[in-house]
Amino acid sequence: MSENQLYTRVSEFLSLEADLLDHKAYDEWLALWEKSGLYIVPVEHDVTDFANHLNVAYDDDEMRQLRIARLSNGEAVSTVGAENTVRTLSRIRILEASDELVTVRCAYCLYENNKNGVRAFPANVEFILKPTEDSFLIQQKVARVMKSNEHLTTVSYLF
Amino acid sequence: MTKTTSIPVKSITSAADMVMEDRVHKSLYSDPEIFEEELDKVFNHTWVWLAHESEIPDSGSYKTAKIGRQPVIVVRDRKGNIHVLQNRCRHRGATVCEKKHGKTKAFTCPYHGWGYGLDGSLRALPKPEEYENILDKAEFGLNSLRFETYQGMIFATLDDSIESLDSFLGGAKKWMDLFMKQSGGYPVQVLGDHRFRFPGNWKIQLENTTDAYHFPIVHKSFISSIDDQTAEVFDFLDGDGFVEDLGNGHSVMVMIPDLVDLEANLDDPIPERFQPLADELAKEGKSEAEIKRLVRAVGGSGFNLNLFPNVSCSMAFFRNLVPISVDETEIHHVAIGGKGAPAAFNQKRMRLHEHFQGPMGFGTPDDGEAWERVQHGSKAGTDGWIMVNRGMSRLSTSEDGNVKGAVCSETGMRAAYQQYKKMMAAEEKE
Ligand code: FES
Ligand SMILES: [Fe+2]
Repeated sequence: MSENQLYTRVSEFLSLEADLLDHKAYDEWLALWEKSGLYIVPVEHDVTDFANHLNVAYDDDEMRQLRIARLSNGEAVSTVGAENTVRTLSRIRILEASDELVTVRCAYCLYENNKNGVRAFPANVEFILKPTEDSFLIQQKVARVMKSNEHLTTVSYLF
Repeated sequence: MTKTTSIPVKSITSAADMVMEDRVHKSLYSDPEIFEEELDKVFNHTWVWLAHESEIPDSGSYKTAKIGRQPVIVVRDRKGNIHVLQNRCRHRGATVCEKKHGKTKAFTCPYHGWGYGLDGSLRALPKPEEYENILDKAEFGLNSLRFETYQGMIFATLDDSIESLDSFLGGAKKWMDLFMKQSGGYPVQVLGDHRFRFPGNWKIQLENTTDAYHFPIVHKSFISSIDDQTAEVFDFLDGDGFVEDLGNGHSVMVMIPDLVDLEANLDDPIPERFQPLADELAKEGKSEAEIKRLVRAVGGSGFNLNLFPNVSCSMAFFRNLVPISVDETEIHHVAIGGKGAPAAFNQKRMRLHEHFQGPMGFGTPDDGEAWERVQHGSKAGTDGWIMVNRGMSRLSTSEDGNVKGAVCSETGMRAAYQQYKKMMAAEEKE
């Protein structure tokens, strides 16, 4: 595959991922994941040994399923008001690519509409993707959200 | 008995008067003048929690914190002694450090370069000639504040005349001793913290720490996310739990009596959810006794100890509140584990913390939403009372001779508000 082709496919995949979250297509979103994959929102931005640090979120397969259930089942009062989100992404850069793994970083901004107005959460997001025949599976997604290392407000969705 | 009908607020002239035995007035959440008065009368004249000793392990380790709104630095000097320093350069007043925590050899003011030692003393300054005969360096160190510690928890005060920390904590000390048993036989170690802000008054969070009543309602989605056995443990409203007024505004809410003493009942069966941890520790060759101790401790204590005004030892973490303004509060949920404990133990503790606490936990965001609603609701009408009378007619006396109510009584809130009232009623202080 040429560099251009890879870039196009990766970009398409990142757009798909963000689109599924914005449109609450959670089952499809869960299907994008490798079972052993990890979804992480670290507290400190320079951390790489996530397991041995406290994170804002550290979701393995089981926790991802539970989190999706929490976001969708209407039991959590904080998720009821979180009506819609818009995720934009840009500045996509492939850092490393082999037949087994593709590491890609992008600028990511989540806008949330809640009763206090529209809030923006800019983040550097890094994906490790596993190429499949015609797409990718997510091996790891790390969202380094601005202010996560200072103080956030509470968050009722996934970055 | 006081009636629960409205009491006209016109008859009330001070914040102290807005605290009755069974209710408090909603202006306490929203009046900016009262907030300023609280910073002075409460935060400037009591023991305020700043850090745990494990957060500043080495010489040069420091953490920045606040007493009310005032920035301070908690630091360990070269000899290993702790200092609490006002974070304000003695030249023209810039803060000398803005990082949350770190390690340094000295504090150098970024404005004109005055350099302070780890004990706060002024060591050097650029171009000293112009200060010839007019500045004695010995008099221009960073201001050092009075502090005392108990069980590794560092508290400071701006008031040199108040009672000792030991006497202030009083009946709470027994519970702090019990709380510190959750590191599985290793020294308690801070593992990191979650920080978030919510648009509401600090006392809304203060109340919540001894509010068992909300748990099955607000935390329904958390309960749905845990296994049945654990859900049963968390179903404590009908159990034998209780709330005890410990004096000086402190209180303890025991939700799970079986988990009060984590060094007792070591032979209890291992809960399902901790079996994988037990298996992992066994694979690492840990002895059966150690595995039992670690597994018993890993989920934390069965109680919340609320220490007036800004910290609690809350099941498995320290909850620290920092008032930002009358309608904004910053909360730190400080995760703890064992220093030198097996990695699997500390990892499990962090994963449990992430599951409930912090900005993306399965618990905290729902608490935050409820608190925000309280703040919003406080704008309705002029004559609104916040009721804290739950359980008042069914009080008893505890083993230690304290007022005691049911687990979902509002005994802890009343304790905190009575201390608040006492402090707010004090004459204007400097
Ligand atoms: S303000 Fe600190 S050196 Fe001038
Ligand atoms: Fe809660």
